[in-house]
Parts: sequence; structure tokens; C-alpha cells
Amino acid sequence: MNRFLARRLAYSFVTLFVLSLLVFFLGQILPGNVARAILGPFADQQAVDALNHQLGVDRPLFVQYGTWIWHFVQGDMGQSYIYRTPIADFVVPALSHSLKLAAVAFLVVVPLGIFGGVVAALNVNRPTDRIISLAGLSAAAMPEFVTGILGILVLGVWLGWLPISAAWPDGAGALTQLYHLILPAIPLVLVLFGYIARMARAGMIEALDSDYTRTAVLKGLRWRQVIWRHVLRNALLPTITVVATQTGYLIGGLLVVETLFRYQGIGSLIFNAARAKDFPMLQACVLIIGIAYAVATLLADVFYSLLNPRIRMEESQ
Amino acid sequence: MACTGPSMTEPALCLDRLSVAYRTGGRDRAVLREVSFTIARGEAYGLVGESGCGKSTVALTAVRYLPRNGSITGGSVMLDGTDVMRLGPEALRQLRANRVSMVYQDPGKALNPSLTVGRQLAEVFEVVGVRPAEREVRALEMLKKVRIADPGSVMRRYPHQLSGGMQQRVAIAMALANEPTMLILDEPTTGLDATVEAEVLDLITDLRRELGTSILFISHNLAVVAKMCDRVGVLYAGMLVEEGLTRETLGSPRHPYTVALLRCLPQGGQRKDHARLDTIPGFLPSPGAPMPGCPFAERCALADGRCRTEIPELGDAHGRLVRCHYPDRAADLPRSSPADVAPARPASEAAPVLRVSNLSKTYSQGGHPIRAVADVSLSLLPGETLGLVGESGSGKTTLARMLLGLVQPDPGGTIELDGKPLAAGLGQRCDEEVKAVQIVFQNPDSALNRSHAVARIIGRALRRLGGFRGADLSRRLDALVEAVRLTPQHLALRPSQLSGGLKQRVAIARSFAGDPRVVVCDEPTSALDVSVQAAILNLLAELQAKRDVSYVFISHDLGVVRYLSDRIAVLYLGRIMEMGPSERVFEGPNHPYTEALLSAVPNLDESQDSRIRLSGEIPSAANPPSGCVFQNRCPRKLGAICETLEPPLTEMEPGHIFRCHIPAEDLERLQRRRKACAQIVGSSPEKARRYELAR
Amino acid sequence: MTNVANAEPSSRRQDVVAALFQSGSFLTGMTLVLFWVVCALFGGHLVPYDPLTEDILNALGPPSARHWFGTDQLGRDILSRVIVGSRDLLIVAPLATILATAVGTVLGLFIGYFRGVIDDVVSRLIEAKMALPSVIVALLAIVALGTSETTVIIVIGLSFGPVIARTVRSAVLSERELDYVAAAKLRRENAIHIMFVEILPNILPPILVESSVRLGYAIFAVATLSFIGFGLQPPSPDWGLSIATNYSMISGGYWWTVLFDALAIASLVVGVNLTADGLHGALND
Repeated sequence: MNRFLARRLAYSFVTLFVLSLLVFFLGQILPGNVARAILGPFADQQAVDALNHQLGVDRPLFVQYGTWIWHFVQGDMGQSYIYRTPIADFVVPALSHSLKLAAVAFLVVVPLGIFGGVVAALNVNRPTDRIISLAGLSAAAMPEFVTGILGILVLGVWLGWLPISAAWPDGAGALTQLYHLILPAIPLVLVLFGYIARMARAGMIEALDSDYTRTAVLKGLRWRQVIWRHVLRNALLPTITVVATQTGYLIGGLLVVETLFRYQGIGSLIFNAARAKDFPMLQACVLIIGIAYAVATLLADVFYSLLNPRIRMEESQ
Repeated sequence: MACTGPSMTEPALCLDRLSVAYRTGGRDRAVLREVSFTIARGEAYGLVGESGCGKSTVALTAVRYLPRNGSITGGSVMLDGTDVMRLGPEALRQLRANRVSMVYQDPGKALNPSLTVGRQLAEVFEVVGVRPAEREVRALEMLKKVRIADPGSVMRRYPHQLSGGMQQRVAIAMALANEPTMLILDEPTTGLDATVEAEVLDLITDLRRELGTSILFISHNLAVVAKMCDRVGVLYAGMLVEEGLTRETLGSPRHPYTVALLRCLPQGGQRKDHARLDTIPGFLPSPGAPMPGCPFAERCALADGRCRTEIPELGDAHGRLVRCHYPDRAADLPRSSPADVAPARPASEAAPVLRVSNLSKTYSQGGHPIRAVADVSLSLLPGETLGLVGESGSGKTTLARMLLGLVQPDPGGTIELDGKPLAAGLGQRCDEEVKAVQIVFQNPDSALNRSHAVARIIGRALRRLGGFRGADLSRRLDALVEAVRLTPQHLALRPSQLSGGLKQRVAIARSFAGDPRVVVCDEPTSALDVSVQAAILNLLAELQAKRDVSYVFISHDLGVVRYLSDRIAVLYLGRIMEMGPSERVFEGPNHPYTEALLSAVPNLDESQDSRIRLSGEIPSAANPPSGCVFQNRCPRKLGAICETLEPPLTEMEPGHIFRCHIPAEDLERLQRRRKACAQIVGSSPEKARRYELAR
Repeated sequence: MTNVANAEPSSRRQDVVAALFQSGSFLTGMTLVLFWVVCALFGGHLVPYDPLTEDILNALGPPSARHWFGTDQLGRDILSRVIVGSRDLLIVAPLATILATAVGTVLGLFIGYFRGVIDDVVSRLIEAKMALPSVIVALLAIVALGTSETTVIIVIGLSFGPVIARTVRSAVLSERELDYVAAAKLRRENAIHIMFVEILPNILPPILVESSVRLGYAIFAVATLSFIGFGLQPPSPDWGLSIATNYSMISGGYWWTVLFDALAIASLVVGVNLTADGLHGALND
């Protein structure tokens, strides 16, 4: 098992390294001169040069990259072009906001998606299955701003059940915060539900049709025992990995949802940085997202290997 | 013969006019048509038939586990006096828990990959209410009963850590744990190696004797059924066409289909230069096809107008049930393909077309070297067939792929074609060399590109290998298509529109496109039914006679190898253990491994030798035993020398070599004595074994 | 039951087409998609008002007999804008998908067929790309390259390419082990022939399904980019863009300025996904 996880860990680092290169060099395509872009066309050439030097963008690329990464690892994400303050001051609170929202969405969607998939598989090709599958499919395809808008209209404006802004008053308790996060979480849940339910359904159908399930039934086990002991565990293994890879999409969704609901998370940070062409901020945020993704997939791998005896036993072989 | 009614002893299983249909493409297609048979208590009943005849459907119906699209359209199933179709869920569960069990093909899939063997076995006791503390003890007992050497450690293992043979023993242990009245075995040894299969079959025989279980044994392999069963039923297109005592039915069949099926098998040392095999023309009717008359009428040489319009009843014919209007004529069924062969050419004195010296292949898996092929030397004469025989892990496929240049051998070995060295990699071979060595793969579904039409598949090969163009190409294409007995209509079709046998003909045509010198046949008939196999073997023999091509023929089916091969090489863990003229290898004296392999394979001939049991499993090539690689399983092991020194290949008679420390004379004496004692005691392996032990 | 002779020599293509026309989701999906394609092509002739003409006096009018869907803050007729609003989206998203399919297919074929170091490197790159949502990758690139329809097409195309490449790669990995590839090598076909003539036709079904799913996501991504201001630009009547300009007014009760655009996007993406689902079902039977 350790060998499996070590390999996965090494993969994660390689992935992150490649990602950082990608992000860094995308920043280099930015047309023109960084300081000129910041200071505007009428700025004094000397001031431009000075700022370029201060920002370090006149040094060789690999030195810039090395410095950037080295500082990043130490928690120094550099300075925002726009605010001229350390990026970390923005990123840390934004990250904690986003994590809250993501956690609410995840805690709702993972059990719901798995439950939906399992129910669909147990009723395969019957109306229940078709309804769950088609609803999931439609929801997954819907851009978050569309479902968000519809949510705001129906639940927020017409029915008035939920606040249409995610920003809670200062000093609000956990319940109030949760109350404010329900509406923003709905678009995220909808997008992920279809995907998770679909994977769970496919895994369940495969497991239900398997020979080992037949063995279990023919043993004379009760249906409930067959499902719990023999089907679910094998069926849901692939779903675990899928759930982790969905963190990527989730964060993409945050960008829109946070903008729509005026929520100060990493998504709205990216949005604002993009508008202002604040590239250091953008790069830092994107790398943070990459790290979040890597951590999530790694956790999924740990979980997966604990549940899968083939991997758990690898060492003893 | 209804199943209900008062009787002293209820049969273990009784099917009464059972009909089953599968719904596909919006239509119900009949797969079983009024199948009736009875299995008495303690009886072993065999159900044989080719793929698609509905064998497995019988099994699944008996335990009421039809696929979602399957439905019973008529008749009934009585299991141990209970009408299976009328049970409620709880009663059905009780029935499955206590009275009927099933073991099927591919034990690796039948066991849950994420639960330990012990846990899965304990569940069997849980369902009948054994106390938790006792379950483990009983599970352990059961593993001992299926002769698992180290039951304690097997209990804690997961299925993937066991070999195929061990997995099937575990499955059998689970099936028999609650001593059911009825055990259904659906191809239980298909896919297992011959020596492992033999052990599993012995185990089933012994346990059946011990527990008195009734058995429904489903198999495509007539010889296995002949060995295992008291009575046999032959299924064709969802109908039972013949039923009777096994020995009588398979010895003197009365239904034309059974007659034809048995003639398709190479038996009793039949060889390609004696006679061609008989074949069955035409195709199995597709499921659900309308059936106005006898299902076999379209393919039966005896059929007349009545057969095509009137379905025959399953009638009693001399103590046998036969579904035929003319059961007395079956024995005179005319051959459907001529038997005569061109007279065998005198053994060629020519130089070998292919010579292989010291060829080895080492793979690396997770840092461990695995020697798939070790130091193999052999030669192949023009027009000769060399049979390669061996179980899984013997390296026969790797060897074949090295000949083709698809696998790069270890440095040091050489391959020569017509006396000239042949480059190891395909890329370094010239056009002439590439087209000289071709292959017919095992599985035509994999070997033929499914998006190309037949004309394109064969045409492209003619273009690339034969260098033909334009009108020349189409002339050659027609000739080649005719040579493999396809018709021009087939040219426009894609592989998915052809049956297995036709696909294999396309593959054969392709391999002959460039007039090869050597064709490697890698299990070319093992994916095919018996009746189709015969036609393919005939075709291969015919092409060889006409074109003077040499074959390297790989197969695990010894009857097939014997039919086609002039010489045979027996491989074990990548080494040649024995090589010699085909008849010498089959008649012996043999290497102890060959001896065991030959005795492991059940055959239809009555003179069955006493069985040799091999202990243990085939070792992994990653970790072969020291000394002679066969020593840990060898029943004739001499002692320390076998463990320390790998015996060299020695010639025991001209052209017949093997790798053993036991001198040839001693082996010959030992093996003659074993055969003699088998004849004294008769064909019961059990008695013969006791006799041998007593001696 | 396994193959039983040449009893029914219907071609696979006919089977697939027949299955498609029996598939409810395919038919429903296709109807929705075709509806919007027709609107995009001929909408200009069907609309009651010019979608770009401003009429400040009638700004923010609720749905009425004259303006069925009401008017926006510049007094433009929302019904007309919704009808032609699919035009740019239906140019940009399919082109991006075609680009992604082409790039992904070629890339996937090469890395899947040759394996080795290139495969390792490219697979890591793809993995790194997968760590980021496409919208964010696109955002990064658009910030760096500037906004234009071409940029959006290229950026979405290149960012979906790796996803398709991954599907293609895994299909190629199982195909290359099949014996027909060995047979092709045994008649000295070159790698290009094996990849494009032997393997490619056999992996078209998964490619087709994957790219139809990607089309759904391309619409998703383009609409989202337009919504956050980095996709299609004003005065395009694009739905995402309209919602972006109007959504701040929902709390003021002007719900009609966003509702119909939202429903339009919803129906289009649902249509594309139903079509993809029907295709998947028909090709995997």
C-alpha cells in the first residue's frame, strides 16, 4: 500500500510542478511590459524601468520562476500588482471562505449523489432510474450562473425563503453562516450531483451484474446483506476517485457562484484579479487551486487503497 | 413426464416442458423449448451442447436467476419436490441456502474481490443459522475437505491471491458446505489448465461419493462429461435432442446431431494423413428463429420433407430418448465432408526451413526478472507441423511471438530462416522474411479489424505481402477466398456479420496472402465450437498439403495437436521438457511431465489410463524451483539431484529428446508397469491408485 | 447468447441509427438543439423587433402583448434578443469542440500508440491541466491573450483537447493490444497507417460520445465566460452576456430581464446533453 501511495504522492508533486510551470509561463505571454501595463501609457519610462526592476521581471525567466516557487513554498506568494500588498493576506481568508462553501456543497452532494445513483441502479431502466438519470444529466449540464439566477429568482425573490447574498453579517454564528450558504451551494450541488450519481449508478450496475453478486445471492443471503456486504463496497470504489477529481470543477463553479452571490472567496479573488490583470495574484490563486486538487486526489487515493485489498496487499506480494 | 404426483422418492431436479425466452431488440426469443429431464437423487447428469444451445440458461432457471431480460414462457422446475417458480422470496432464499448450489466458470470472478476467503465461506454457515463462533471452525473444515493444503492461511487471504485452481476449490467448498441435495456445475473447469482441471474433477468425484449430492454437470467438453456423469442429455438450439446413459449415448449415439458432433472430434489417435475430420455443414439456428420442423433438419444429411415440417417428439428408442423421426438411421449418417486425403508425402529430407537456437526471453516485472522462455532450440522442416504443448506460463505464446519478430528475444539466441540468420525485430527483417513467417491468432474477434470489410482485410494483405495490384489483385483475392472455402458474398461483410468459423477462415486467408513458409497457429480453434473446429483443422491440413507450408501449432487440446502435428514439443515454465515425433510422444516413454499431462486429459476412448496426480500448482516463472523446474511436482522425482541440477536435454531415441535425470530405460520400465496395472484394475482411477500404492 | 452465424447481416451502422430513433433522450435532445440551430440561422427573419434597437422610453417593460418577454434596460425586445441570442454561442462552442476533438484525437493516438517517455510527459501535462477547471484555464489564457471570439475558440479548444486526448488514449491502449494491430505490423504497415487507418475507425464511437459531451461543456464554458465578461462581448445578444448585464436588477423585481435567457441556456445545454446521452446509449448497445 505504501508503495502505491508513494507513487501517487510522487505523481502529485510532478503534477504540481508541471502546473506551476504552466501557470508561470502563461504569465509570460502577457503582452507588453508589466510595469507599463500597471502604470499606464503616460507613465515616465524611468518609473516603468524601476518598477520592472522592483518586480524582478527584468531578470532571466528561470531565475524568476525559481524565486517565485521558492518564495511560494515559504508562504510568500509575492505582491499584488494592484494593491501592492502581500498576496497571502488576501488568499488566506478567501481560501477559508471558499472552503466553507465547498464543504457545504460537498457534504450535501456526495451522499445525495451516491444515494441517487444507488437507487437508480436498483431500479435500472424503470421510471425511477430514468427520472434520476435524466434529472442528473440535465442538472450537470447547467452553468452555475443559470441555476444560481433561477435559485435567486425563485427561492430568494419570489418565495423569500433564503438570503440572496452569501455575505453574512459580521460575527454571525455557524447556523447563520450556513443559512447564507444554502442558496450559493445549490448550483454547485446540481452540477456535481449528476456526475456522482452517474458514476455510482454505473458502478452499482456492474457490481449487480457480476458473478460474485450471483454467488452471494445463490448462497441464500438476504437481499439487504447482498447489497451491503457484496455490492456497495465494490460498486463505490471507482466513485471515490471521481468525487476527488470533481474538486476541480467545484472550484471552477466557485468562480461564478462567488461572483453571483458577492462572496469573498478564492473564486471572486480570481475574478477580480483577472479583471485587473493582476497576474501575480492570479498565478498564486491558480496554484493554490492546484494544490487543493492534489490534496483531494491524494486523500481519495488513501481512502481507495484502504478499501481495496488488491492495493492494500501489494506489499506482501 | 410430469414432475408432480405421488412417488416414493422425489427426484433431485425435474424440468417439465421448460421454455425460456430472452427479450432482445423488442422481441422475445426462445432459448429453451420444452426441455424436460429428471435427475435422480445421487445421480450425476451431464448436459452437453455447443455455445448458444441454452445450457447455461437451464442452470440459471433451476436456481431462478435469469438475467433481467429472461422470462419463463412455459413449463416448470421442481427442485427436491419444490416448485421453484412458485416460491416466495423467503422460501426461495431458504432453498438456495440449504438445497441447491451452483459453481460456474471463471472462479476469479465468482468470489468477491474485497472480502477474505474465510469471511465469504463463513457466510454460507451464517445463512443457515450457525453460531458465529462455530462458523470459522466449519469453514476451516470445509477448506480441508476440498484438499487445500494450508487452510488457516487461505482463510485470511483475498481471492486474487489464490491461483485459479485454488479459487475453484474455494467456490466448491462454498457450494457444498451446507450439503445441498443438488449441485449445479456450469463449465466448472473450462479455462483451467489440464493438470489443474484433472484435480478439480477428481475432487468433485470424491466429494460427490462422500456426500451423495446430485449433480447437473454442464459442459461443452464431451470427454469431461463422459468421465463425470451417469447420464447425459444433448441440447441443440434449446431443445433436448438425445438423452441416455453416458457410455451408451456417447458410444453409439442415435440422434444425427450427436453422431455428427462426435465425428468432429479427432479421436483414437486419428491423424491428418489418415483422414479428414467430418464436419457439420451450416449454422446453428439463431435464438428465436421460427422452427417449423426438427431444429437440426437444415444441417442433417438424413433430413426429408417430414423433418422440415414436423417437430419430432422426444421418443424412446431402445432405452434412449431421441428427438428424431428416424432414430435407427442415425448411425448411417453420411459424411458431410469427404474423408480422403492426398497420400502423405515421404518425410522430407530437406534442410529445415526454420531453425531456432538457444532462444530466451526475460521480462522484468516490478524489478524481478521473469524468464518466460529459457534456452529453447528447435527446427522445423518444410511442410512439417510442430505442435507446441504446454499449460499456462509455459511460454508457448512468447516463443511464437519471438519467431514472428513481435517480441524481442534476449541477446544470444538465433533464429534462422532457410539457413540465413533472421533479425530478431520485425523492423529489421526484409519484406521477404516478414511475409515468410505469418500467424493465425487464437481469437478472430481480436485479430480482424472490426471496421474493415473482408475484402479489405484480405486485399490489403495481398497488396502488402504479395505485392499484387489491380486486376491481378482481384484475381488472387478470389482464388484465396475460394481456397479457404469462403464465397464472394462474404467479401463485402464485416467481421461482426460472420460466425466464429468464418472469421477464422478470413484470418487464415490473410496469413496465406504472401505465400508464407511458416505459419504460426496460436490456439486457432480454442475459441470455436467442436463442429467448427473440425472444419478449420481440415482446412489447415488441406492448405498444408497443397502449399507445403510448415506450421508451428500451439494448443492445449492434445487431441487436436495429435491430429495435426508431425512432431511435438512439450513446454513447461519456458523450457522444452520433451520433443519428438508425435506418435512417440503420445505413446511414450515420456518425460514425467508429459506423462502426467497425457493422463490428466479426459478422453472419450474407453481405455483410460490410471490418473497421475500432480501435487501443487504450476510455479510462477518469476520464481521457478531450483534444479529441474518440474521437481516440486514430479511424481517420479529421484532425489537431491533433481533439486540441485537442471537436467540437460538428452536424446533417448533418434529424434526424441527430453530433459530428465531418470535414465530412459528406467522411465520406460516404470511407465510400462503403470499402464499394465491400469489394465489389470480396469478403468477406475481410484482402484488403480490403490493398487499402485499397495504394490 | 453469442454470435450465431450470419443469420442477420444488418450492418452496425443501421443498428445504431435504428437505436437512435428509438431513443427518447436522443429525439428530445435533438429537437431542442435543432430548434436553437434554426433560431440561430433564421432568427433574424423571425423576430418581431430588431434585437439591437434601443427604445429608452419603453425600457424595463414587463411582459405584455406587444413585448411578450418584456424589454431590457435599454428598451430592447427580450423575445427578439433571446431568439437570436444563440447565434454566437452556436458558432463559438462547436468550433471549439471541433478543435478540441482534432487536437485530442491526434494527441491521444500518438501517446497511446507509442507509449514511452512522450506518453509519460504528456500524460503528466494532461493531469496537471485536469487539476484546473477549464473556465479558470481559459480565464488565465484570455487575460494573457486578450478577449476575442477567436481567442475563446482556441482557448476552449486547447483546454478541452487534453480531456479528449485522455479518452482517446485509453481507447487506444486497449486497441493496440488487439491482434489486428500485430497483424498489421506483420505486413509492415507504418505507424501512421496503423494509427489512422486501423485503430482510428474502431475508436470513433467513444470519440463521438466524448466530443458530444464536450460540446455541452463548451457551451457551459462559453456561456460562463460571457457571464463573467471574458467571453462574447457587447452588443452581442448572447444569453450569458444579457444575464450578466441584468442580474443585478433581479432584487428590484425585473425578473424578466434574466429569466428567459436563463431558460434558453438551460434548454440548449439540456438538449445537447440528452443528445449525447442518446448517442452513448446507441453506440454502447
